Amino acid sequence: MQQNEELRLASRPVGEDERAVELSVPDIHCGGCIRAIEKTLGDLPGITHVRVNLTARRVTVRWKEEGDGPPPFLASLEALGYPAHLHQASAESDKDPSLGPLIRALAVAGFGAGNIMFLSVAVWSGAEGTTRDIFHWISAAIALPVLIYSGRIFYVSAWRALRHGQTNMDVPITLGVLLAFGMSLYDTLQHAQHAYFDAATMLLFFLLVGRTLDHVMRARARSAVQGLARLAARGAQVEQTDGQLTYRAVEEIHPGDVLQIQAGQRIPLDGQVLTGSSDLDVSLVTGESAPCAVQPGSALQAGTLNLTGPLRVKVTAGADDSFLAKMVALMEAAEAGRSRYRRLADRASRLYAPVVHLAAALGFLGWMMAAGDLHQAVTIAVAVLIITCPCALGLAVPMVQVMAARRLFEQRVMMKDGAALERLAEIDRVVFDKTGTLTRGELELLEPDKLTPDNLDLAAAMGAMSAHPCSQALAARGTPQDERQRRSFDQVREIPGHGVEAIIGNDRFRLGRADWALEAGTDSLDGLAPDAKAGAVLSCNNRLLEAFSFSDSLRPGARQAVEALKRQGMAVEILSGDRPETASRIAAELGIEEWRSAAKPSDKVDRLAELAGQGQRVLMVGDGLNDAPALATAEVSMAPGSGADVGRNAADLVFLGDSLLAVPAATDLARRAQRLVRQNFALAIGYNALALPFAMLGYVTPLFAAVAMSSSSLLVVANALRLGAADRRLDPVPLEGDALKHHPAGQLEAAE
Amino acid sequence: MNVLFYLIPISLLLGGIALAAFFWSLKSGQYDDLNGAAERILYDEDEPPRG
Repeated sequence: MQQNEELRLASRPVGEDERAVELSVPDIHCGGCIRAIEKTLGDLPGITHVRVNLTARRVTVRWKEEGDGPPPFLASLEALGYPAHLHQASAESDKDPSLGPLIRALAVAGFGAGNIMFLSVAVWSGAEGTTRDIFHWISAAIALPVLIYSGRIFYVSAWRALRHGQTNMDVPITLGVLLAFGMSLYDTLQHAQHAYFDAATMLLFFLLVGRTLDHVMRARARSAVQGLARLAARGAQVEQTDGQLTYRAVEEIHPGDVLQIQAGQRIPLDGQVLTGSSDLDVSLVTGESAPCAVQPGSALQAGTLNLTGPLRVKVTAGADDSFLAKMVALMEAAEAGRSRYRRLADRASRLYAPVVHLAAALGFLGWMMAAGDLHQAVTIAVAVLIITCPCALGLAVPMVQVMAARRLFEQRVMMKDGAALERLAEIDRVVFDKTGTLTRGELELLEPDKLTPDNLDLAAAMGAMSAHPCSQALAARGTPQDERQRRSFDQVREIPGHGVEAIIGNDRFRLGRADWALEAGTDSLDGLAPDAKAGAVLSCNNRLLEAFSFSDSLRPGARQAVEALKRQGMAVEILSGDRPETASRIAAELGIEEWRSAAKPSDKVDRLAELAGQGQRVLMVGDGLNDAPALATAEVSMAPGSGADVGRNAADLVFLGDSLLAVPAATDLARRAQRLVRQNFALAIGYNALALPFAMLGYVTPLFAAVAMSSSSLLVVANALRLGAADRRLDPVPLEGDALKHHPAGQLEAAE
Repeated sequence: MNVLFYLIPISLLLGGIALAAFFWSLKSGQYDDLNGAAERILYDEDEPPRG
C-alpha cells in the first residue's frame, strides 16, 4: 500500500493512462540479467514496456494505470534476485546536456579531418599548379565550417580564460587553429605549396577525443552513483485530525504532525514517540551496531530503521531542520574547507601554455630579425603552435582514466571523477569506519560452542519469529530440528522493545533483554557479564537459562583487505562511533593498532583534519549518515553501495560488491594508473621537446606535422591501454563469490 | 583530371550522409546503452526501445 503510493510519487505519466518509472538495479551485470528481467516483468499483467539499460544498471518500466495501483514489479524483481531501488525523480535530468554537443563536435571534426587529409595526401604526393590550388580551396571550404562548429568548445573556454587575465590549454589551441587557418587561406590565395588546413582540423579532432573520453567517464560513474538512490523513506502515513491516514511526501510533513510507522520502515523525520515501543536499528545514523529500544517519550532521529513494533510518532523537526539537514550542513562546511585538489592535467597546462606561447613568440621574433620576412616568421610561429599543441597531452590523462574507470567498474567500484583517481594514488593512510564498513552491521553470536546445545536450539527457534538482529543471529545458528521445536510452541508473541515470549505447556520462555526476561526472577542481573547485559538472555519462568553475547560480523574480505593495504605500505586506522568494547574487539581481530571509538560526526572530521595537518593523505572508508561529513573532509573517500544516500553522495568512490577487497584493488589500480599517466606525460613532453627545434628551424611541413601529431597521440593511447593488459595478467582481486551470486541466465533456462 | 570534379563532391556527399546518419543514431538514443546492445544481439525476442 505504502509502496504503491511511493511508486506513484516517483513515476511520471506518459501518454494516455500510462505511467513510467525508473528503477536502479545495481545487480544487473550481464545479458542474462537483461533477459530475465525483461521477460519476467514483461509477462506481468498491466506492464506495457520494460527496458533494461545495462550500462546505467537501470530498468524503465511502463504500466497501464488501472484501479489497484502499479503491478508488483518491485516484488518480482526482488524474487528474481535483483533488489531494486526507486531512481530519484530529481535525478531525472542526469542525461548529460554537454555530452551531446561534444560528440557532435567530435564527429564533425573527424569528418573534416578525414576529408581534408585525403586531399592533402594528393597534394603531398605531388599535385601541382591549378589542381593543388583547387584542392586547397576545397580543403578551406571544408575546414571553415568544421573549425567554426567543432572549435566553439575551445574558443569559448579560451575566451573565458583570457577575459579573466589567465591562460589555459585552450588558448594556444585557439590561437594555433585560427592562425593556421588564416595563414593557409592567405597561402592558398598566393598559390603557395603548403597549407595547414589538415593540421588545424586534425588538432581539433584529437583534442576532442580527449575531451569526450574525459567527459564520458565522469558522467557515467556519476550517474551510476546517483542511480543508487535507495527506497528510503520518501514519505509516511500521516494521521489527520479526523483520524484518517494519508500518505504524504516528506516535504509535505510538518513539525507537529503525527506519523504511524510500521515495523520495517525507516523513520523519515526527527520525532518523538507518542505510543508504542520497538527496537531501532541506528547503525546508519550513529554507527552503533546494537539495536536500541524506544518507548513513549524517546526521541527518534531521521534515517533510523524501526525493527520490531509499530510506533506513533510526533514530528519535531521538518525536513530542512532534521538531523539529516545538520549532517548536510556539516558536510558543506567540510567541503568548503577541503583544500581543492588541482588535477594533474590542469597543473601541466598552467606550465605548458606559457611555454608554448613563449616558444612561438621567440620563433616569430627570431625569424623576423634573421630574415625580416613577415610571412616566413608567421609561418614558423604557426608551425610551433601546431606541432606543440597538446594533442598527446590532452589524451594522456583521460585515456588512462577511462581505462582505469573501466577496470574499476569491472570490479564493481564506481568512481565519480578522474581527480579522485589521482588523489587515491597518493594515499598513505586508510581510515575505516566500523559499523557497516569493516563489519556488515549484522550481529553474529559469540562463542556458540560454549553454550548448551538445547538452549541454543530453543533460542534459535524463538529467534526465527522476530526481526530483531539478535534474534536473526540466533536463528542463523539453528539446526533443522528447530522446525519440530517451533511447532511445539503453544503460543509465541513478540513484545516490541523487550523480546520474544513462548509458552510450552506450563513453562514460559522468554528471549530478550535481561531486565525483562528475568523480571522479578530469582536470578539477579548483577551476575551477568557486561556483554550479556547488552546482548540477550533466555529464561524459563524468569530463571536464567543462558546468556548470549553478540558482535558485529566482519564484512567479507576485511582481513585480507587490511593485510593488502598494509602490504601496499599504508597505515590503517579505525574511527568508529560505536562503543569502545566493540571497536577494540574488531581492531584486535583485524590486527589494526590504531582505533578510536565513540566518535561523533564532528570528532571524525576533527581527527581527519588533524591527520591532514600532519601531512598525511587519508582515504576515508565509511558508510553511514554519521560518516558523511568525514567522507567529505578526507582527501579521498569510499563508501559501500549499501550505505546511506548522503554518505554515498559524499564519497568519491562507491563499491557495489560485498567484499572490502575493493579498497586495496582500487588503491592498487590508482597507483598503476598514476604511473601510466606520468609515463604518458613524459612521452608527450618528450615529443614536444623533440619537435620544437624542427618547428623553430622551419622544417615542419604539413606532412611532417600530420605524422608527428598522430604518432605521438597513438603512442600515448597505446601506453594507456597497457593498464588493461597488466590487469588481465595479474588479476589481483578475485571477487569472493560475489560475481557468482546470480545465475539469472541459468535460472531462466530452468524456468523455460 | 575532370573526373575529380565529380568524384570529390560525391565523396563529400557520401561522407556527409554518413555524418547525418551518425547524428540521427545519436539522437535516437542508440548509444545510450552500449553494453546492453552488445548483449541483446544474442536474443531473438528483443524489442526496440520506446521513447
